[in-house]
Amino acid sequence: MSPPGVRVPAVAADGLRRTFRRDTGEIVVALDGVTLRAEAGSLTALVGPDGAGKTTFLRLVAGLMAPDAGTMTVLGIDVAREPQRIQDRIGYMPQRFGLYEDLTVQENLDLYADLHGVSAADKRRQYPRLMEMTALGPFTGRLSGNLSGGMKQKLGLACALVREPELLLLDEPTAGVDPLSRQELWQIILHLVAEQRTTVMVSTAYLDEAERCGRAVVLHQGKILTQGAPDEIARLADGKVFLADPPAGQTARGLQAHLLGAQAIVDAVPEGGRVRFIRDGAADARVDALAQVAVAPAQPRFEDGFMTLLRRAGDSRPASVVTLDKPPERQGDGVVVEVRDLVRMFGNFAAVDHVSFEVRRGELFGLLGPNGAGKTTTFRMLCGLLPVTGGTLRVAGVDLRRARASARQRIGYLAQRFSLYGDLSVVENLEFFASAYGLRGGRKRARIDWALRQFELGDLARLPSRHLPGGYKQRLAMAAALLHEPALLFLDEPTSGADPLARREFWQRINALTEQGVTAIVTTHFMEEAEYCDRVAILDAGRILAQGTPAEVRAHARRQEGREATMEDAFIAIVEEARAHGHPEAGAA
Amino acid sequence: MSQPLVDSLWRILALVQKELLAVLKDRKSRFSLMVPPILQILIFGYAATYDLNYVPYAVLDQDRGAASRELLAQFDGTGIFQRVANLDNASEIGKTIDDQTALVVIQIGQDFSRNLALGRPADVQLIADGRNSNTAAIASGYVATIVDAFNAQWPANHGQTGPPVATAMRAWFNPELETRWHMIPSIIGTIVMMMTMNLSAMSVARERENGTFDQLLVTPFRPAEIMIGKAVPAMFLGLTQSTMILLVAQLWFRIPFQGSVLTLYAGLALFLIAAVGVGLFVSSIAATMQQAMIYIFVVIMPFALLSGLTTPIDNMPLAFQYLTLINPLRYAIIIAQRVYLEGAGIGLLIPDLWPMAIIAAVTLSAATWMFRHKVA
Repeated sequence: MSPPGVRVPAVAADGLRRTFRRDTGEIVVALDGVTLRAEAGSLTALVGPDGAGKTTFLRLVAGLMAPDAGTMTVLGIDVAREPQRIQDRIGYMPQRFGLYEDLTVQENLDLYADLHGVSAADKRRQYPRLMEMTALGPFTGRLSGNLSGGMKQKLGLACALVREPELLLLDEPTAGVDPLSRQELWQIILHLVAEQRTTVMVSTAYLDEAERCGRAVVLHQGKILTQGAPDEIARLADGKVFLADPPAGQTARGLQAHLLGAQAIVDAVPEGGRVRFIRDGAADARVDALAQVAVAPAQPRFEDGFMTLLRRAGDSRPASVVTLDKPPERQGDGVVVEVRDLVRMFGNFAAVDHVSFEVRRGELFGLLGPNGAGKTTTFRMLCGLLPVTGGTLRVAGVDLRRARASARQRIGYLAQRFSLYGDLSVVENLEFFASAYGLRGGRKRARIDWALRQFELGDLARLPSRHLPGGYKQRLAMAAALLHEPALLFLDEPTSGADPLARREFWQRINALTEQGVTAIVTTHFMEEAEYCDRVAILDAGRILAQGTPAEVRAHARRQEGREATMEDAFIAIVEEARAHGHPEAGAA
Repeated sequence: MSQPLVDSLWRILALVQKELLAVLKDRKSRFSLMVPPILQILIFGYAATYDLNYVPYAVLDQDRGAASRELLAQFDGTGIFQRVANLDNASEIGKTIDDQTALVVIQIGQDFSRNLALGRPADVQLIADGRNSNTAAIASGYVATIVDAFNAQWPANHGQTGPPVATAMRAWFNPELETRWHMIPSIIGTIVMMMTMNLSAMSVARERENGTFDQLLVTPFRPAEIMIGKAVPAMFLGLTQSTMILLVAQLWFRIPFQGSVLTLYAGLALFLIAAVGVGLFVSSIAATMQQAMIYIFVVIMPFALLSGLTTPIDNMPLAFQYLTLINPLRYAIIIAQRVYLEGAGIGLLIPDLWPMAIIAAVTLSAATWMFRHKVA
């Protein structure tokens, strides 16, 4: 709270510059001349692609590092001079909040309260309020390691709030959190700003979250592209945003892929069975892909303004079309993956509870669900990494757990976390996985060249893979999974934690692969990404609650005022209904 | 060769290459593989010795005759025994020992010279500081040796008949060499066991923790191929370390190598397979690197203690003696000593070779099974 009478901005940064030196010796400019103000009691979003400098900025605000140049004043105090005085008055929640997983919820809270010297009286006053806000009350005795991802984030937030900070810094608090928990976290944040007059600064990869903030700051390569109210930024795309209905015989993602290939299109994403796209500059430029298509203008959103800005800043549109040397034959559309009444128990707990679905050749199938819904467990069973407790599964005609090792030649697997060898260079990783899949000699060289070219990894080939920037790690993992040209791909939350650009790039690649006959199964908790899939299944607590085409699943949503129902609306409606009825029989679409 | 076998060998080769690359690429891990074994062998060579080279002693000479002077001259002539006091009275003995002025007191009775001259047995009494029983025992051993030598020489020098006994002496008077000779060949196995077990225990656990093990399991790698691909690099590094230690033993400590290099390496290779087997098994049951580290520490200590390195196996309680039978280090120490110091051939070593083969077979198969069946 600022001293009475004087309006001191909560955060005032002037000409901030901060650089880092990589292990390889090169200098990376994380922030370059950043100047911004955040008024007391405001809610500011920091958005931008990976490596834009969001985390560095928050750490500078928190006084965890000093700028190379420029000044940072927080709550009227020069951070570089008195970092401790700042840290006593703010709350900071880093991307990976340091919860002690072997302590209970209550013990974690006590620990943070004691670390910050919160008095017993304040604790008595604060705890019930925090518990009510986070709905963690019933779980105070549970080990925090056993909480779901969303609950962990809420506990982290509660720990950061335990001494009532005047300024709260949140670094991607909703990364890897499912839509329901995300909604709950945002309710807490909005409540803090509205009721407690806390100043909040939040970085996020979800652009719809930025729309909820009073101000948004768009960072790109360490510089501020623009800052202002989200609807002002949205207006940058005024008159350029349209919705296109795909003509008969074409899918929304097919049309989207065509549009992305066109010169005059800034961005295109599937949305509710249609394609939302942004035209560049002059609206009369001819776009071949739109010749036969009904097009209607649409209200621009923050995301549209953001994409327009990034394109203008010269971030080249990802030309991420992967061409396979030897696409799998597309004959027929037989069932490639068949799952019947699949059950997996961990003790008494059913992680996967009678799940059934089928995936046909060339299909892109999405498994959607909150953290702990059983998506990863299902995947691990499909890939033969985990034995099934009950039911049957067939992948490319066999059960991979029992089949000969050579059957695994037909699948590619992209794990949830980056899981290649961090000490080895890009090219050493590729060489190892090529050999693992039996590629040798000229064929091996050709495939590695293909991977380096297709995924634009050539310049980074000698860099140890753990030093790769986030988006490039993703590319390398995908390149490694595609070296042997599998007919079937398993992708476990491939876009979790990825920025909006990297996510578009990823889907473009997957799209191109399925166009060439590859079958893919994807898990995600970005609901709008379900629109990229041919069919989706919604999982919660180990059960499939709905499955069908995106349009069929979307039909479950409650009516929304003033806009079409999104996949996220449908998801929340389906899960809430199922939870309210204590999981009735899965309502198949 | 059939095509599947060729494919399998290529995969194993790729894994071996990857494992070696991961270890040797990093400067810090190269350092930690090469420098500590050399330091350890130097420390063991110099510090881990049971020999005494300074024994402060006191004398209560009640004889004061020619024979007693001659005997005491033998002590003073060793360079190890340093006379710190001449006592006049038996009552002074207690104090001399109590305040650690002397480690031993030698009391020569008043009839010593007379008895010897008459060819009768003569008594020398030895009082040692028993608070450090080990040192006291060694010092007593030295005293006994000197007295034995004196016994053998006295008759000869004084025209009396008696068996000339002089052979056991030299080794006793080269005691520094004695322990080092015994110690260094034994330590080869101990040092390389710690390294290879640690390395192999970390290897699978690290991949599990980083999620790369799943990635490995969805490729066409079979569990046995993974096992071989992980065991071979660890063995290779173990043999490299053994070579360094052997070079230090011969070039620095100048301990002559009696046997065949081939025999020794055959024995060491078999031992390393067994050690890597234990390491990989521990690794296969651990979910994280931290767990693997704790497990391997729990395993290594008893292996080192029950190996016969520091305490003779024959002195252990019977139950522990049986336990040593499943300890590969026990056999490695015997083999290294016998090949290095005695020059024993492979035929003589078979009783110590086959148990290691069995240990390796059991642990490696168990690890291979666990690769796929552990539910992470």
